[in-house]
Amino acid sequence: MTLFDFFANNRREFVELVAEHLFLVIMSTGIAVLIGVPLGILLTRRPALSKPILGFANIMQTVPSLALFGFLIPLNIYLFQYKIVGGIGARTAIVALVLYSLLPIIRNTFTGISNVDPAIRDAGRGMGMTDRQLLFQVELPLALAVILAGVRVATVICVGTATIAAAIDAGGLGRYIFRGLRANDNILILAGAVPAALIALGADLLLGYFEKTVQLGAGAHAKSKKLLWAAALIVLLFLGGMYFLTGKNAGRIAVGSKDFTEQVILGEIVAQTIEAKTAAQPERRFDLGGNLAHDALVGGEIDLYVEYTGTGLLAILKEKPIADPQEVYRRVQTEYAKRFGVEWTEPLGFNNTFAILVRGDDAKKLKLKTVSDAAKVSARWRAGFGQDFMSRADGYPGFAKTYGFHFQEIREMDLSLTYRALAEQQVDLIAGNSTDGLIARYGLTQLEDDRHYFPPYDAVPVVRHAALEKYPGLRDALKQLGGILTVDEMRKLNYAVDGEKRQAKDVVREFLNAKGLIR
Amino acid sequence: MDRDEIAIEFRDVSFALSSGRTLLSHLNLQVDRGETLVLLGRSGSGKTTTMRLINRLIDPTAGEVIVNGKPTVDWDPIQLRRRIGYVIQEIGLFPHLTIEQNIGVVPRLEGWEPERIRLRARQLLTLIGLDADRFADRYPRELSGGQRQRIGVARALAADPPVILLDEPFGALDPITRRDIQQEFKNLQQELGKTMVFVTHDIAEAFVLGNRIGLLKDGEMVLLGAPADLLESNHPEARAFAGCFNDGQAIGSPA
Repeated sequence: MTLFDFFANNRREFVELVAEHLFLVIMSTGIAVLIGVPLGILLTRRPALSKPILGFANIMQTVPSLALFGFLIPLNIYLFQYKIVGGIGARTAIVALVLYSLLPIIRNTFTGISNVDPAIRDAGRGMGMTDRQLLFQVELPLALAVILAGVRVATVICVGTATIAAAIDAGGLGRYIFRGLRANDNILILAGAVPAALIALGADLLLGYFEKTVQLGAGAHAKSKKLLWAAALIVLLFLGGMYFLTGKNAGRIAVGSKDFTEQVILGEIVAQTIEAKTAAQPERRFDLGGNLAHDALVGGEIDLYVEYTGTGLLAILKEKPIADPQEVYRRVQTEYAKRFGVEWTEPLGFNNTFAILVRGDDAKKLKLKTVSDAAKVSARWRAGFGQDFMSRADGYPGFAKTYGFHFQEIREMDLSLTYRALAEQQVDLIAGNSTDGLIARYGLTQLEDDRHYFPPYDAVPVVRHAALEKYPGLRDALKQLGGILTVDEMRKLNYAVDGEKRQAKDVVREFLNAKGLIR
Repeated sequence: MDRDEIAIEFRDVSFALSSGRTLLSHLNLQVDRGETLVLLGRSGSGKTTTMRLINRLIDPTAGEVIVNGKPTVDWDPIQLRRRIGYVIQEIGLFPHLTIEQNIGVVPRLEGWEPERIRLRARQLLTLIGLDADRFADRYPRELSGGQRQRIGVARALAADPPVILLDEPFGALDPITRRDIQQEFKNLQQELGKTMVFVTHDIAEAFVLGNRIGLLKDGEMVLLGAPADLLESNHPEARAFAGCFNDGQAIGSPA
């Protein structure tokens, strides 16, 4: 499939993502202008402030975007009844993007005004202009080109950074990029990256044109003013439309998912079941990175998602590993009810634990069956682990200790990339997920966890009590999902999406159809 | 002399920078209504500083500058500046405004009706000898240096202020344009009867335009009198300037 085919087949979704992307960029740059220009003006009046303010803006630009998102999500700052910071979605993404775009706008406003010819400023003051009149009638018009150059830089930064906003369900072209990375699908990555680059280029050209006309001043001035007004009007209409569209989602059951294929499939299973079995409509808020799904659930941003018992016990509740699956389930159920007002409903039936994987050839050649076998021969091996595995309680440190691993080198990378790295012999052992469709695709062998280091990870929908009360049919619908999936079935569904590049929506519809849950 | 006849008065005025450097010391002078006083001196002699004290772009560190019977520090600076036309060295026309808009700046600040501003701008363009239809909608950079300088003067006259300050307005012009514009300006001066303070380092210009000449050196007024007084003075600075004037006459004369 070529990139062109992809766009032809997914026209509607593509247009939606582009609109979301533009919404993020325009809102963020717009707000950044509203904050940055006055701040830049203030700096010309109070030069002593320029060090701390420009310093702050400078530091904001160096903070990695995912770290900034992670920092903003739990904040929950309200202005009257409106939440302005915190939670997942476009709101938090916009706050982060605004922080990124401030520096060039503040700096250029400051420089633009400072560089106005002193003789001209002197003439204005000598003719009896007040500070305000001097600013609006002389300094700002003359600094406009430089300020616009700053806005241009900010916009281009925003277009790029907005792709990362997909990690917190803010939408945009980043969705394709993340999905593509996850599925090792270059076409999908390009489907996100190429249009984003084109938007950046377009914004650069358009604002560059305004900048030039403003610089020419004179005859072009009146024309560019008209153009600026027209552009502002279009932007306003666009934002109004977006607001109208996004405003309709209230009153729906918000279904979340983490940011890997299996989670999107499970989210889709839950969502389609809700569609078929309850009176309510689901709202899909998928692809939430790291622990964001849990944060969003507790914060009331989503109503349910599918969690794994082991993750709940170790990563969320931060308790010690327990080997017995029943015991783990009981434990998380009591603690979640007490602490978060969240219920663990019926387990879906499969256990997605960490799978220690090696290449099939290696397993055959070295006669590897268990993880202990591998530990004996691994002195010169390189391992590839996802960030998640490196940092969590049931992750690498305990794993290495239990089995006595000493790798020659450990490469930390995105989980989805570890499979490819293993297949391409860049690493020799990885920790994947037991249900991953890529295991079959790359001919990998899963080693048995003979010392029972990894706790059970049974997949179970977790739901807010409030949502169960609000939507009466929800509990029954979820009950019907109990025991619906085996590990094997899950691996097949994953492969259908990751390996065969099919849409999760279609795969799930077929599956639920076969199970007789939907018609 | 009657107090009302005095437009501007300096009483023992000194001005020093915050760094402690003194730019002007113990300056005393009076400018009568309708008179043109030329401040003459080399670069850095304190001419521009004197001028900026009059429209309160700076405040004296000692002494008082009195405009219209009131010390400048008691004036609201905005009100004061709108009553004083101001033409500066680099002209300071606003590059983003048309000629008409440039001339109309002060009237607009004063809240005149747009139509009245337009008529006034055209009237002034005619007064300084430029075709209103051709120039009103042009931008400053489309004009020659001499035309821009005339616009600078027209802008200072726009709201009909009783006092006009001119800080080396013709400094950047070629000698021929400069002589023409000086002559035009002298005619204008007689026609309008404004009080003017005119800064220059060119003694010939001082002679053409000044009723009186104040000679400044290193922040002090070394001589204040009629042009003839300057030629007769024995002060070395006066002799230096007079020397330039005589040389210029000698070279310029057809003998």
